[in-house]
Amino acid sequence: MNEDSTGDGPSAPGSQWYDAEAGPLVRPYAMTGGRTKPGPSNVRFDLIALVVVDDDPPGPADEALLGPEHRSLLTLCRAETQSVAELAADADLPVGVVRVLLGDLLESGFVRVSRPVPPAQLPDERILREVIDGLRAL
Amino acid sequence: MAYERSERTGACDETDSTALALKILVAGGFGVGKTTLVGAVSEIRPLRTEEQLSRAGQSVDDTGGVDQKTTTTVAMDFGRITIRSGLSLYLFGTPGQDRFWFLWDELSQGALGAVVLADTRRLEDCFPAVDYFEHRKIPFVVAVNCFTGARTYGAADVSLALDLDRGTPVVLCDARDRDSGKEVLIRLVEYAGRMHTARLLDSVG
Ligand SMILES: Nc1nc2c(ncn2[C@@H]2O[C@H](COP(=O)(O)OP(=O)(O)O)[C@@H](O)[C@H]2O)c(=O)[nH]1
Ligand SMILES: [Mg+2]
Repeated sequence: MNEDSTGDGPSAPGSQWYDAEAGPLVRPYAMTGGRTKPGPSNVRFDLIALVVVDDDPPGPADEALLGPEHRSLLTLCRAETQSVAELAADADLPVGVVRVLLGDLLESGFVRVSRPVPPAQLPDERILREVIDGLRAL
Repeated sequence: MAYERSERTGACDETDSTALALKILVAGGFGVGKTTLVGAVSEIRPLRTEEQLSRAGQSVDDTGGVDQKTTTTVAMDFGRITIRSGLSLYLFGTPGQDRFWFLWDELSQGALGAVVLADTRRLEDCFPAVDYFEHRKIPFVVAVNCFTGARTYGAADVSLALDLDRGTPVVLCDARDRDSGKEVLIRLVEYAGRMHTARLLDSVG
């Protein structure tokens, strides 16, 4: 996954999000300005990382600058706390694209993203019991 | 649960700290019933991941070096079971082909455990999945999908044929049946809990 290649980026709406050196546009990464990795925060969100809207988000003026895909993701986040995987399924976008877009939204303070549970920290017995009872009751 | 938050807006807050997401993988050979099982117990949705086959796929998917950035779409099954508000179980049907091992690595990160579906008519199809989870010490159960017409074997026979570690549960199931699928998941969560407790005890003793 390298991002340095020649080719001109698009001047699509919301292109202020795109970094200048963004590479060639192989769809569907066009809407991320060719970027295949999230921005400076450099986190690769887990599929089950949960995304919540920030309780102190930037104002409407900043929001108006967002591209359509960023905005539709934000709308989905506002409806319900969802995982990265659900957002990708709902927005009908590949996970890689959603990761990049979420990275932008995180950088600009619109959302917060949970870290995945490290393998060594599996949930305690009480939670697992709750899951088992919940499954039985399903 | 800790939240990533941009530097600009400051520190984490704990308002949503109770939200918990657990991940269970559903693996097994092609046509064994992964999609069927995920669909039986949850609202299933297709999930697309757009992967760049730079390392993993190069040898298999060799396009003669025409384009270094071969992008391929991998579809996975994906389902969610809401236990309660703030506690959800996420099911992922792992992509079948070997060239997507790198996706397995990501999927298995932090997973609670896995269900390996098996069909006794072609048991060898689940060997790679069994090996994978054994090597990574990820708790798994083997669920034998009892297709009609297939000779039925007992759980002990399957356990022996797969040379499973002692204690690895083998469950007979019907992937199309919701209750049967639920039972498989329950056995897995119970087993994962036992494994986890055992490891904790090991680490202190
Ligand atoms: N008779 C029978 N058919 C099944 C069972 N489970 C799955 N199938 C069928 O087997 C085929 C493959 O199942 P699928 O879930 O797509 O397999 P996957 O490739 O592992 O996702 C489908 O046509 C299913 O309807 C089962 O328990 N009994
Ligand atoms: Mg399938």
